[in-house]
Amino acid sequence: MSKVMEAIPAPLARWRLRLKLAKRSLRANWEIFCASKIGLVGLAIILFFALLAILHPILMSTLWDPKVYDPIRRYAYEPGVVHPSPPSWAHPLGTDPTGLDVLSQLMYSTGSEFLLGILAAFITVLIGTIVGTVSAYYGGWIDTFFMRLADVLLLFPLIAFLIVISAFVKPDLLLLALILGLLGGFGGITIILKAQALQVKVKPFVEAAKVAGGSDWHIIARHIIPNVLPLSFLYMMFNVTGAIFSEAVLSFFGLLNIRMSWGIMIYRARDYGASPFVQWWLYIPPGLAITMLCAAFYLVGRGLDEIVNPRLRKR
Amino acid sequence: MTAKNVLVRVERLARLFPVARGWLRRARHFVHAVDEVSFQIQQGEIFGLVGESGCGKTTTGKLLLKLLEPTRGRISFRLERTPQDLPLPRDADGFVPLTHLRGRRALKEFRRHAQMIFQDPYESLNPRMTVLEIITEPLRVQKIGDPLEQEGQGAEMLKRVGLSPPESFLFRYPHELSGGQRQRVAIARAMIINPSFIVADEPTSMLDVSIRAGIMNLMLSLREEFNISYLYITHDLAVARYMCDRIAVMYLGKIVELGPTEAVIQNPLHPYTKALISAVPVPDPRVKRPSLELKGGVPRPIDPEPRCRFYNRCPIATDHCRIHNHPPLEEKERAHWVACYEA
Amino acid sequence: MALLEVCGLTVHYQTRQGEVHAIDGVSFTLEPGEALGLVGESGCGKTSIALALLRLLPENALAKRGRILFAGRDLLELPEEEMRQIRWKGISMIFQGAMNSLNPVYRVGDQIIEAILTHNPQASERQARAKVAQLFELVGLDPERLDRFPHEYSGGMKQRAVIAMALACDPKIVIADEPTTALDVIVQDKILREMRRIQKETGVSMIYISHDMAVIAEVADTIGVMYAGKLVELGPAEEIFTSPVHPYTEALLSAFPSIHGEKRRLKSLPGEPPDLLHPPPGCRFHPRCPYATAVCQREEPPLEPHRDGGQAACWHPL
Repeated sequence: MSKVMEAIPAPLARWRLRLKLAKRSLRANWEIFCASKIGLVGLAIILFFALLAILHPILMSTLWDPKVYDPIRRYAYEPGVVHPSPPSWAHPLGTDPTGLDVLSQLMYSTGSEFLLGILAAFITVLIGTIVGTVSAYYGGWIDTFFMRLADVLLLFPLIAFLIVISAFVKPDLLLLALILGLLGGFGGITIILKAQALQVKVKPFVEAAKVAGGSDWHIIARHIIPNVLPLSFLYMMFNVTGAIFSEAVLSFFGLLNIRMSWGIMIYRARDYGASPFVQWWLYIPPGLAITMLCAAFYLVGRGLDEIVNPRLRKR
Repeated sequence: MTAKNVLVRVERLARLFPVARGWLRRARHFVHAVDEVSFQIQQGEIFGLVGESGCGKTTTGKLLLKLLEPTRGRISFRLERTPQDLPLPRDADGFVPLTHLRGRRALKEFRRHAQMIFQDPYESLNPRMTVLEIITEPLRVQKIGDPLEQEGQGAEMLKRVGLSPPESFLFRYPHELSGGQRQRVAIARAMIINPSFIVADEPTSMLDVSIRAGIMNLMLSLREEFNISYLYITHDLAVARYMCDRIAVMYLGKIVELGPTEAVIQNPLHPYTKALISAVPVPDPRVKRPSLELKGGVPRPIDPEPRCRFYNRCPIATDHCRIHNHPPLEEKERAHWVACYEA
Repeated sequence: MALLEVCGLTVHYQTRQGEVHAIDGVSFTLEPGEALGLVGESGCGKTSIALALLRLLPENALAKRGRILFAGRDLLELPEEEMRQIRWKGISMIFQGAMNSLNPVYRVGDQIIEAILTHNPQASERQARAKVAQLFELVGLDPERLDRFPHEYSGGMKQRAVIAMALACDPKIVIADEPTTALDVIVQDKILREMRRIQKETGVSMIYISHDMAVIAEVADTIGVMYAGKLVELGPAEEIFTSPVHPYTEALLSAFPSIHGEKRRLKSLPGEPPDLLHPPPGCRFHPRCPYATAVCQREEPPLEPHRDGGQAACWHPL
């Protein structure tokens, strides 16, 4: 035994080895991801928007005069400019009716769109994964309860429900993420993840873990969830899309307690009575941004799909 | 057979599965997957369960490991080296009846003594765990040793099953191994908590021919070394002959013949065993096997009639077989038991 | 003249990791009425050979070199339209697990009738039906079962129906890929006997593909042993079993337990079959071969005739 112990690398070296392994599997998956061009396109768009979000505070503290370029409130008066003004050197995407810089608004909003999308999707997937695996593993009345709940939530008109809620409280970004996450998590994703968990549950390695004396929780946490997780992650991408889209719709109706977002930009343009053919710069940038970012997460999801479902892979 | 060396005792074990049960309605039809089966397994013995698909051999194996609960009957184990402070139900002769095992701790203790090796090495190892995590899982679950000790034991076990040097396997994932290597990992995992009994469910049937012999020889040498008993489940009589000390032939949930391997293979007494043996292809084109035709195919044992299960296909069935119940297992030759009126 | 002549067939698969050398320079001939058995482990290229014969290789396959002469024409050169004529009518195949590919929503008889009508458009439906009834008799199925659905068939019956389907257009050659692998022993025995009988009665040539030496021994006159994409030994069945020439054949034979004769200890081969992305230089078997010498690592042994009409690719034949 002692000889073998010597052959085993020291703890630090072992961690290095493990890291190497993780890196290797990451690289392998990255190669598969790269093979799907749409995934790469999606990732590029996401990176582009991330760059916008990061650049905004930098621009505000360097090139842009906060008095002119603040995305929410305007202090300075620019002589000779009639708002809303079309794109110019000073305002690359023009200004809105109150004189706010459109590009600045767009960039400022990007960060919160990310936050909302990812937070809502994360909550969705967290709940969906746990509920899905638990119902798959135990079955019986637990399963019946959560599945019927999912059915009800699936039938639910989400946007209409959010409109009703906002009559009582105007949700801010975090509350909206939470509501979207909860509704999504107990909804359709549970059914999908449960179906996956059912497939994992009947694998012999689950029986092997039982024979070893593993408790139910051990089996769920160590065997079923890790094998469902790739699919969860995939659905997380699709859910980001859903959350950003819902936010845009609600903002457009002016139902959210958010100071600035892409949805609000469109809402204000409409409120002012701007025509999309004349004052196009008020509609196109936020509209395009919503479409692009939603599409980007969806595309990344499709790219991940090829990793998660090897059957889709081209040889 | 002396009772002293018995490790597992199975008495009139039965397991029924309901067929197409409706909502809130009790099932009216049952598949008799395992039907009143009795046998004993000696310490250090390899006991083979042989039969065609659907005969109930895998269900029997799972019942013995408490992966399924029996409908009727009794399974008892001789459990030794159990902790002093753990009260286990015991029969008069010291056997622990598995069917009366209560409580998480008692069940967990039982799991230290009995393990399983599965048929498909591609499905029996979690693809998201490294080899080290897989083989030491029983130790972690049973809380034996600290991580470093567990790793040492894992490495030792890998060497024992012929995967050396162990360092080059410990941190790999199952998909990076070949079928034979995976099955060795599965064996290492089953062996690591030093069980006294292993259920091996067709452990070589998915492996390539040139790998198969190595796995079988490994299992034989582990038996020699650790005095483990196996319940070896297989459909392949040639494999059963190579591996097992005694074999039981199952047909539709019943044991129809049981005896020392060579006695059963060389001198089969039950007409089903005879047909089974004559149907095994021989890897020698010069051998022309006699053709023993059986009528029909294997039916599903749904609500079987009480008479001999083999009656409808039996070439030697008589009126006696038709009107009487399924024949009991009788010792026709020394230690060679047969369930047939006409044998 | 031989019915089928395969010369130096080489098939590589293009994969992400590189080129897989699935078949390398395989040559054999098949006479009318002959039963050839190809035996080897998974990944040795035996199924690729079958697919190459029918030109059904997947898209990433490159039939790099070699010829497949069927009735004097090179199948690799034929235009797709003519190849379609040859499939089923010239060469038909029983695919591995074909019995599970019967369409569950159509009657079994209709599925075979459809196959006949697609390949013989001039035949009437009545003729086709009569033909199928005849085929059912041939494979030992009650013609009354024609109008039953697949789920009313047992595993053995489905396999018989699949065999009938393969014979539907009176092919010259039938390729059977693991025809009995999913079946129980008793059913397997019946099917193998039937196939042997059908072959005798109809005079069709058969190519059996299996990993199971015993199954091949039951049905084949000639046996080809494959290892890692190479045909390592080819010869009359009896010769292969009684006096194997190639060490791999010998190893395969001694790795099988038997229910007859003395119980002997099985010899296991060390190591694993090679990775066909990077096959070893020289003889592909040399890393596992107990007789390997320096020449085996360096040079590839050609398939050469040996005593009693057999051929083997080995520098140190037994």
